[in-house]
Amino acid sequence: MSDTVAVVLLLALTTYAVFGGADFGAGFWDLIAGGPEQGRRPRELIEHSLGPVWEANHVWLIFVFVVTWTAFSEAYASIMLTLFVPLTIAALGIVLRGASFAFRKSVVSLRNRRLFGVAFAASSVLVPYCMGAVAGGIASGRVPAGGKAGDPVDSWINPTSVVTGVLAVTSVAYLAAVYLVWEARRDDNAEMADYFRRRAVVSAVVVAVVGAVGMVVLHSDAPYVFDGMTGRALPVVVVGVAFGLGALVLLARDANRGARVLAVLAQAGIVVAWGVAQWPYLLPESLSVSAAAAPSGTLRVLIVNVVLAVLIVLPAFVLLYVLAQRRLLPEEGVPDAADRVTDRSAD
Amino acid sequence: MIVVPAVHALGVLTVDPVPWARSQMAFTLAFHIILVPLGVSWAFMTLIANYRAIKHDDADALLLAQRWSKYMAVTFAVGAVTGTVLSFEFGLLWPRFMGQWGEAFGVPFGFEGLFFFTEAIFVAIYIYGWRRMRPWAHFWTGVPIVLAGIFGAVSVVAANSWMNAPSGFTLDSSGKVVAVDPVAVIFNKAMPLEAAHMLVAAYLVGGFMVASVYAGAMLRGRRDRYHRLGFVIAFTVAAVATPVQMGVGDALARWVYNDQPEKFAAIELVPHTASDVPETLLGKLSANGTVQGGIAIPGLASWLSDPGTGKATVVKGIDSVPAEDRPTVSEVNVVHLSWDIMVGLGSLLFLLSLWYGLTWALRRRMPTNRVFLTLAAASGLLSVITMEAGWVVTEVGRQPWIVYGYMKVDDAATANTGVWITFIAVTVLYLALGVTAILVLRGMSRRFRRAGGFADVESPYGPPASSEAEPQVEEAAR
Repeated sequence: MSDTVAVVLLLALTTYAVFGGADFGAGFWDLIAGGPEQGRRPRELIEHSLGPVWEANHVWLIFVFVVTWTAFSEAYASIMLTLFVPLTIAALGIVLRGASFAFRKSVVSLRNRRLFGVAFAASSVLVPYCMGAVAGGIASGRVPAGGKAGDPVDSWINPTSVVTGVLAVTSVAYLAAVYLVWEARRDDNAEMADYFRRRAVVSAVVVAVVGAVGMVVLHSDAPYVFDGMTGRALPVVVVGVAFGLGALVLLARDANRGARVLAVLAQAGIVVAWGVAQWPYLLPESLSVSAAAAPSGTLRVLIVNVVLAVLIVLPAFVLLYVLAQRRLLPEEGVPDAADRVTDRSAD
Repeated sequence: MIVVPAVHALGVLTVDPVPWARSQMAFTLAFHIILVPLGVSWAFMTLIANYRAIKHDDADALLLAQRWSKYMAVTFAVGAVTGTVLSFEFGLLWPRFMGQWGEAFGVPFGFEGLFFFTEAIFVAIYIYGWRRMRPWAHFWTGVPIVLAGIFGAVSVVAANSWMNAPSGFTLDSSGKVVAVDPVAVIFNKAMPLEAAHMLVAAYLVGGFMVASVYAGAMLRGRRDRYHRLGFVIAFTVAAVATPVQMGVGDALARWVYNDQPEKFAAIELVPHTASDVPETLLGKLSANGTVQGGIAIPGLASWLSDPGTGKATVVKGIDSVPAEDRPTVSEVNVVHLSWDIMVGLGSLLFLLSLWYGLTWALRRRMPTNRVFLTLAAASGLLSVITMEAGWVVTEVGRQPWIVYGYMKVDDAATANTGVWITFIAVTVLYLALGVTAILVLRGMSRRFRRAGGFADVESPYGPPASSEAEPQVEEAAR
C-alpha cells in the first residue's frame, strides 16, 4: 500500500511539474520579453493564456505536501528541516507571484503594471529554481532520515541542486513556450506563434544540454540516482528523450499539433525518471518508501482521497477544460478581434 | 560561491526560534483567516443575487452578481496563495510536530485538498462563464463553489479541533504513532461544534464585510437601488447567522468547560477551583495568581457553565493542572481579554442584527438612518476583530500544548535559528499584500462606478482601464 501512495505522490509531483510548470515558464518568457512596447504582445498572450486555470495549479503542490506529511511524515520533517532556506524562498515567491499576477491584471497605470509584472516574472523563475534545488538535495542523498536536519547550506547549494534548479527553470520555460505557440495559433496570431516557436526550439536545445550536463554531475555527486537513471529508469529516460526529440522535430517543422502532447510527456518523463531512479528510496540510501510509510489506516484514507479525486475533481477539471476549449469562458482581458480593431482606431 | 559564507554569517545571529515561529504562524493564520469568510460565503451571496437576476429579470442584481464574482476572484487568488504558504509553514516551522503527528493530523487535509481543488475549478468556470454560458447553466456552476467552501472549511477546522481533542491513533512505547483510525481523527470530539462555529462565523463575517462596503457607500449618498440591494443581500445573511452563532458559541463554551478545563479557566479568569465563580469582565490575572480589576458579576460564570446546578457549579481553576502544563499568566490574560472582545463585539453585532430584523418586521424596509448605517459600515471590521479574537481564545487557550495532552509547542518547533528572518520577510510581504489587495479592490470599485456597467469590463479581474491610463502607456513606450 505504501508503494501505491508513493506512486500517487510521484504522479502528483509530475502533474505539478507539467501544469504548474507551464505557469512558471510563462513567467520566464514574461521576464525576458523586453520593454513595455516590445514585450506588449507576448505579455498579452501570456496573461490571457494563464487566466482561467492558474489558481487551480497550486492545488497540486498542496496535494504533494499533504501526501508527504501524512504518508511519510518523518521524511517530510527531515526535508523541511534540512531545506528550510530554499523552501522558504519558494513559499515567499509563490505569494509574490500569485498575488502580483492577479494585481497586475487589476491595475491600470504602467508604473504599477511594470512593478507587479516584474515581481510576477522574477518570482516565476525563482520558485522553480528553488523547487529544482530541493529535488537535487533529496536526490543526492543530502537529506538524512529520522526527522533530522542535514547541512542547511550544502543541501541546496551543491552541484546536483544547481543543475536540477537550472533544469527546472529551463524545462518549464520550454514547456510554456510550446503551450504559448498553441495558444497563439488558437487566436490566429501568426506573429506570436512564430515568436514562441523559435523560443521553444532554442529552449528545447538548452534543456537537452542541461540534461546532459546533469547526467555528468549525477555520476559523481549522486551515484545512486545516476545508477538508477542508467539502469532501472533507463527505459523512461529513453522514452522521455524520444518524446523531447519528437516535439523538437515537430516544432522545427512547424507542425505544432502533436508537439504540445510530446513536450508534456517529455517533461513528465524527467520527473518520473527521477522517481524510478531513486526507487525504493524516498530519501536515497537512508530511508525507503516502505520504512517511511504511515500506518495502514492513514494510507488507506489517502487512497480513498485519490479515488474521490478521480470521481469528483477529475470530471470538474474535464468540464473546465471542455468549456475553455469551446471558448465558453472568454477572457475579457482580450477583446474579440473586432473590438481590437475599433480599439486601435479609437487610439 | 558568495552565498555560502553569507548564509553561514547569518547563522551567527542565533535566536530562539520558538517565539518567532509562533509569531509567524499566528500572523500568517490571522491574515489568511480574513480571506476565509469571503472564500466560503461570498459565492453564496453572489448566487442569491444571480438567482434574483435570472428569476426576476433584475438588472441591478445581475450587475451585483457579476461584480461580486470579479472581486471574489481577487480575494480567492490571495487566499489561495496565503493558504499555500500555510502548507509550507506546517513543515518549515513545526517539523517535529509534523514528523510525529502528520500521520494523524494530515488526514483531514487530504479531504480539504479535494474540496479546495473543486472550489478552484468552479471559481474559474463561474467568473469566466458570464458572457457565453446560458444563464441557468452558469448559475449552477456556482453551486459547487458554495458546497466545496463549506466542506473545505469543515475539513481544515477538523484538523485544528484534533489538536484540541486528539483521538484516532495508537502509540507504541516510544510515543510513535503505530495505528490510525481516520474516521476518529476527523470526527474528534471537538470537531462538530468547532466546525459549526467557524462555518457560521464565515457567513457572519463575510456578510458583514460585504454589507459594510455598501453601508459606507450609502452614507456617502449613493442610496440607489443597486447599493441597497447589495447591502440587503449581504446584511441579511449576516443577520441570520449572528443569533445562530450565539447558540453555537454557547454550546462550544460548555464543551470547553467539560473537556479543556484550563482553557475555560483562562477564559473566565479563574485561578483556583471553586463554585459560585463570578463572571469577570475585563480585569487581569496578576503574577501572584490573583484577579485584579475588572467588573465581577457574582456567580454568573458558574451559572452559565451549567444552568442546571446554577451558582453551585464548580469551575476548575488554572491550578487544577500541574504547573508545567499551565498557560503562562500573560497567555491567560490574552485569552481572557480576547474572550471579552469576542463576546462583547459579538453581542453588539447581534443588537445590530436585531435592529435590522425588527425594522424589516415592522416597516418592511431596511433602517436607513445614519446611526444604523455608520454602525453597519463598521460591522465588517468589527466582525473580523470578533473572529480573530475567537481564534486567539482557541489557539492561545490551548497553550502550552500543540497536541492537547500529548505534545508541547516547545517540543514541536523547528530548531532553525533563522526563523526571525523569515518572520520579518513574511510580515513585510504580507503587509504589502494586504495593502495592495485593498487598493486594488478599491480601484476596481472606482472604475466599475465610472464605467457604469459590466459589459465594458476589459480586464479579467477588473473593470476597463480608465481612458487617462492610455496616454501613460504611450508616453512610457517612447
